[in-house]
Amino acid sequence: MKRRDFVHHVAWTGAGIVYALGPSGLARAAEGATSGFTFAQISDSHIGYSGPANGDVRATLEKTVVAVNGLQNQPAFVIHTGDVTHLSKAEEFDDARAILSKLRAPLITLPGEHDVIGADGPKRFAASFARPDAKGRGWSSWDQGGAHFVALINVGEGETMGMLGDEQIAWLANDLGSRKADTPIVVFGHVPLFAAAPEWGWTTTDGTKAIALLRRFAAVTVLNGHIHQILEHQDGAIRFATARATAWPQAVPGTPGAKPGPLKVAPESLLGVLGYRTVELDPGSAWHDRTLAQG
Amino acid sequence: MRTLLVAALAAAAIPASASASPAPPEAIVHIRDDAFVPATITVRAGTKVTFVNDDDDAHTATADDESWDSEGLNQTQRWTHAFTKVGKVTYHCTVHPMMHGTIVVRAAQ
Repeated sequence: MKRRDFVHHVAWTGAGIVYALGPSGLARAAEGATSGFTFAQISDSHIGYSGPANGDVRATLEKTVVAVNGLQNQPAFVIHTGDVTHLSKAEEFDDARAILSKLRAPLITLPGEHDVIGADGPKRFAASFARPDAKGRGWSSWDQGGAHFVALINVGEGETMGMLGDEQIAWLANDLGSRKADTPIVVFGHVPLFAAAPEWGWTTTDGTKAIALLRRFAAVTVLNGHIHQILEHQDGAIRFATARATAWPQAVPGTPGAKPGPLKVAPESLLGVLGYRTVELDPGSAWHDRTLAQG
Repeated sequence: MRTLLVAALAAAAIPASASASPAPPEAIVHIRDDAFVPATITVRAGTKVTFVNDDDDAHTATADDESWDSEGLNQTQRWTHAFTKVGKVTYHCTVHPMMHGTIVVRAAQ
């Protein structure tokens, strides 16, 4: 096993410890402490929802913001991987923006399918969160911390959720084309790029085209939201991980009798199934998921 | 079995919509367990169809040709649209694209 593979393996165990490969070799960082370039991921806040699964989604998003702001080493940026709102209403975007604007770190936000409902949803999302350098329906890329970051949009393509579309895939091919194979690549999107649970709409139908473009790189990390739980997957040198939500959990795929959608848990257990993620690049990547019960 | 159920429910929609009342006939489609129930209904032209979200999750009823759109419906919210053009209309939920429904509109009597 190569050392980098070992690091990846350890990072995947979710043991509550951050390991990273630094210039001096394998390093172990205490929980919450990071030494290199870091960013944070939050997802699926569903501002506007009010139901049995979470009676106050604004409060849990605010708690997330407080937790991220309290990190000892502030992330270089915070990425929200979509479903900021529940119904794409103007007041929902206003509320979400007001809460997220309290983040100390710069915010990058991708839309989920709940953010592009109706004719006005995409416009409202763009007015609230669009990146000035975004292309097409909002996809973008940038270089930071020694890695190349790609933010994909896989909602809002016609009537299909979990679709990149030919225009975006052509852009991705061009974007990645000039990158060296040893460049660490980090890809963001809302719906999982891999087939997490196609029967529940938890896949990107043309994700295999994007994955094919990523295969030549030595270290690729793909981070998504949408399914409100941590699910990890590996395909060669490409590692995938979905994130917890800040709103409510969803059932584990394959659970007998389960269906997607808000999952009610005991009120005292809710914060233990909501959370956010920090990721360290040094120069590999290792992520650490924290629940809101942990703070 | 599902086909039979849909057929039975669809057949039931016509007598209800053929009321002698001067008000436009009405029909209801429930959104329940990530499905339109019934998935297919047959109505007379002019029928006002109300979509009711019984789920805890958000849903839409959106024409595949985008000619009409309920936009987002929370639990218990409803949205009504009058179907005046004879023909078959297919629709879906934009939040759950695997959800599909059909409304067959027949000429008014």
